Amino acid sequence: MTTQAAAQPTTPQQAGGGPDLDPAVRLGLYETMVLSRTYEEAILREYHADKGPGFDIGKGLIPGEMHLSAGQEPVAAGVCAHLTTGDAVTATHRPHHFAVAHGVDLRRMTAEIFGREGGLGRGRGGHMHLFDPDTHFSCSGIIAEGYPPALGQAFAFHRQGTDRIAVAVTGEGAANQGAFHESLNLAARWSLPVVFVVEDNDWGISVPRTASTSVASNADRAVAYGIPGERIEGNDVEGVYGAARRAVARARAGEGPSLIEVHTLRLWGHFEGDAQGYRLDLEDAPSHDPIPRYEAALREAGVLDDETVTRIRSAAGERTEDAIAFAKNSPVPDPASATSYVFA
Amino acid sequence: MTITETPTTPTPHSRRLTTSKAIVEAIAFEMDRDPSVFYLGEDVGSYGGIFGSTGGLLDRFGKDRVIDTPISETAFIGLGIGAAVEGMRPIVELMFADFMGVCLDQIYNHMAKIHFESGGNVKVPMVLTMGAGGGYSDGAQHSQCLWGTFAHLPGMKVVVPSSPADAKGLMTAAIRDDSPVVYMFHKGVMGLPWMAKNPRSNDDVPEGDYETPIGKANVVRSGNDVTVVTISLSVHHALDVAERLAGDGIDVEVLDLRSLVPLDREAILASVAKTGRLVVVDEDYLSFGMSGEVVATIAEHDPTLLKRPAERVAVPDVPIPYAHALEYAVLPRHDRIEAAVRRAVAG
Ligand SMILES: Cc1ncc(C[n+]2csc(CCOP(=O)(O)OP(=O)(O)O)c2C)c(N)n1
Repeated sequence: MTTQAAAQPTTPQQAGGGPDLDPAVRLGLYETMVLSRTYEEAILREYHADKGPGFDIGKGLIPGEMHLSAGQEPVAAGVCAHLTTGDAVTATHRPHHFAVAHGVDLRRMTAEIFGREGGLGRGRGGHMHLFDPDTHFSCSGIIAEGYPPALGQAFAFHRQGTDRIAVAVTGEGAANQGAFHESLNLAARWSLPVVFVVEDNDWGISVPRTASTSVASNADRAVAYGIPGERIEGNDVEGVYGAARRAVARARAGEGPSLIEVHTLRLWGHFEGDAQGYRLDLEDAPSHDPIPRYEAALREAGVLDDETVTRIRSAAGERTEDAIAFAKNSPVPDPASATSYVFA
Repeated sequence: MTITETPTTPTPHSRRLTTSKAIVEAIAFEMDRDPSVFYLGEDVGSYGGIFGSTGGLLDRFGKDRVIDTPISETAFIGLGIGAAVEGMRPIVELMFADFMGVCLDQIYNHMAKIHFESGGNVKVPMVLTMGAGGGYSDGAQHSQCLWGTFAHLPGMKVVVPSSPADAKGLMTAAIRDDSPVVYMFHKGVMGLPWMAKNPRSNDDVPEGDYETPIGKANVVRSGNDVTVVTISLSVHHALDVAERLAGDGIDVEVLDLRSLVPLDREAILASVAKTGRLVVVDEDYLSFGMSGEVVATIAEHDPTLLKRPAERVAVPDVPIPYAHALEYAVLPRHDRIEAAVRRAVAG
């Protein structure tokens, strides 16, 4: 394995984005991001609807921790545009944008978030534990622990003689965890068809990246394990799209894994209820929202007009509200069944 | 120290504190008197600990002694071990007990074994704190107690306070202990503003310096009809049930173990010798854990102490479900405790 020079940040043009990109693709990226945001705004609304008086985390139709991904949609949209539902995705405690972009059934996912029998895990798992065999989607609440199983899915796809691949997602905070490093090495050594994705939103809860991480770019860590690493700046969906195209093609061709780090944005708190007193960039955050920015760029390029925006937004709203209605109508699991499903 | 919630008539030398504030008070006191004490973990600095275990410590002691770490539990728990070996007194926080999986080797093969393997020549005076427990729909990876797992592995003390006063005294004792101490705080006893809480999580705490000895159980309510042996948040539930059943003429004794290692077997035997009836309540998994150990203590010593078979109320060997209705079906809450007590005193 040849050593590669330290990874350089990729510009959108190098990454394969910009005006050359097929308008249909650009529209698709926008649509995915809008659906994800619309969905999470609705989850946010439902989550906070009945937590009071005050804020009781265990109360309400959606109880428990809630990690929303608003601001990070470009990562999921850009990567998942290259996947089919035959490819695997292992996501994190902040999984919704990847689930949406990968085509997980919104109704059953929402029912899971509401803890209902009609949910992906019959209400057993919750929002950090979404398992969808139909789209080979899963996620975990334990930091970096989604990486290793992705190796196994990639291994199985390869042994089964397919060109399917696995995408493994973590945050930048997770890149300081042993499982991250072990996975990069093993996937590299065995040339597994994996695309590693790191969502760098600058924060691991209250700890800034600068305080936790010894390198400026996790792409350098990929290079250290002998695989290509790219860092996409500016939360640029087309940059992600281009980098993912290369990484996915490489994996499908049997050439082994790659890593893509995206400098993205956590628009809201680490979890709902996080006052974010530690966060100095908070006031600025909304002005960096990637969706209005992309919308403006596409309008300027003539790809989007008012009518299309309205159509995309209302379609997203309808799908979302349909999923929420489905969840609310799904039965609460029977307490008598609480010990079911421990074994096959 | 601020008094957070409406004080009732405090005794002269105590005031009401939440458990989290009581813990912070103990840590601050030790940090003041012993420069070798420092606190390490994720979000323990400006955030003050996800469960409030370090609130205000950063401002008071600075970032050299209250240290935010990367999400690298193996590395920073191991760092704590090494620093302890060289004479410092680290307090290291693993955010949730559930995360033991990513760093267990440092804990059970290193922290817990070095003293033994060195023939007693190397001490590891560190405290490993962690949040534990469920009840707020945090799902199967963020709701476990797991104290029985730590207790099963020799070489570490396992402390699990239930009240603010004990939490302070046990923290002081843990920091001063020359052995590694796993100090587990149930989120439900911390008195957090964002979680439903039992009023007992905000209670009288003596001022000043005191130790609550590790390994001594506490009869938190004395009674003659039946013994409830329990720990942590379940102590609160058991006391609620005991108060309710007093109205029905059932006189419940509640024994708070306070620590699993060492286990105060004497106290268990003494109480059961008095009541002849035993209910063990544990929010950890049922099998191979605390509840079995308590019953075995009776069985080994004198099974005839029991007038009726012992009752165990624990999580029935299933991961903690997310959905509220399912979670509350498996947790040892008031309904299940009361039913077990009623069975224990019947006949
Ligand atoms: C092994 C482990 N350690 C700690 C945590 C607690 N925790 C949950 S999310 C989080 C921060 C993760 O940061 P990052 O990987 O950057 O992802 P982000 O939350 O920013 O999306 C931490 C420390 C955990 N879930 N698992």
